[in-house]
Amino acid sequence: MKKIYTRPKSLKRTPFHYCPGCGHSITHKIMTELIDEMNLQDKTIGIPPPGCSVFAYNYFDIDMAESAHGRGAAVATGLKRAYPEAIVFTYQGDGDLAAIGTAETIHASNRGENITAIFINNAVYGMTGGQMAPTTLLSQKTTTTPYGRDDKIEGYPIKMSEILALVKGSAYIERVAVNSPANIIKAKKAIRKAFQVQIDCLGFSMVEILSPCPTNWKMSPVESWKWIDEVMVKEFPLGVIKDITGKKDAG
Amino acid sequence: MKGYIEIDQVLCKGCEICTFFCPKGMINSSDKLNPSGYRVAVFNDNSECTGCAICAVVCPEVAIEVYRG
Repeated sequence: MKKIYTRPKSLKRTPFHYCPGCGHSITHKIMTELIDEMNLQDKTIGIPPPGCSVFAYNYFDIDMAESAHGRGAAVATGLKRAYPEAIVFTYQGDGDLAAIGTAETIHASNRGENITAIFINNAVYGMTGGQMAPTTLLSQKTTTTPYGRDDKIEGYPIKMSEILALVKGSAYIERVAVNSPANIIKAKKAIRKAFQVQIDCLGFSMVEILSPCPTNWKMSPVESWKWIDEVMVKEFPLGVIKDITGKKDAG
Repeated sequence: MKGYIEIDQVLCKGCEICTFFCPKGMINSSDKLNPSGYRVAVFNDNSECTGCAICAVVCPEVAIEVYRG
């Protein structure tokens, strides 16, 4: 019998510290699979954020540089300009990219920086204990919105992908989810295309990943995976939001 | 037998995602605890596994290895 599925080479054999059923681990897995398949291990530089994925450098067997909170796009800009031949990606959560780092992200995108942002959207602040994030859905209960998010007080969930698609320098923006086998394969395809856009020097690329957070949503892992399909996708529709490459598939 | 899987008992966190997605219902949760205290998933081999690797694709802990013959 032939082994057809095993741990990717660029994923270190360290047990993840994430909660059971977390979307971060799935994203780490598909990204390291891609890095192996595209043979990028020696020239990829990742920028993990503060947040649940702060220890991403313990798992990715590539070069990584930790950034200050929200400043991933700024650090990536510097690294990419210093090493134009490297593949630079930022790995950011919604508290990082959509809250404290909004300015950096929009301006990096507007400058058309040749970097890739992997944006994990789980609709709460995960590491700090499930407070409301800018991406929290209306009427979603969190520890800081115990009666549900009210648009009159807390405003509306922010859609970073649509915002960045309006900016001239962005080349490829797609929203995917990691909550079913089909969606995971689509997410991998999207990240592959985002890396390809960067290799082809077309501009800023971002993949927004709707990611389950069972612990802070107070659900079982399977329930949280279903909740993305039932509730979250209605507010954050999946699909390609901007694509200037014209090609349907990067393959 | 077309295929089989191996579940790493140390990495498994007992999230039961593989149990939910296995088309043949061949992965079950057990009462066995691993060193981290999670109830690990076990593979009930009744020769129906086709090696489709859906369990491995969805496994958040990358704990599943798939073999296909």
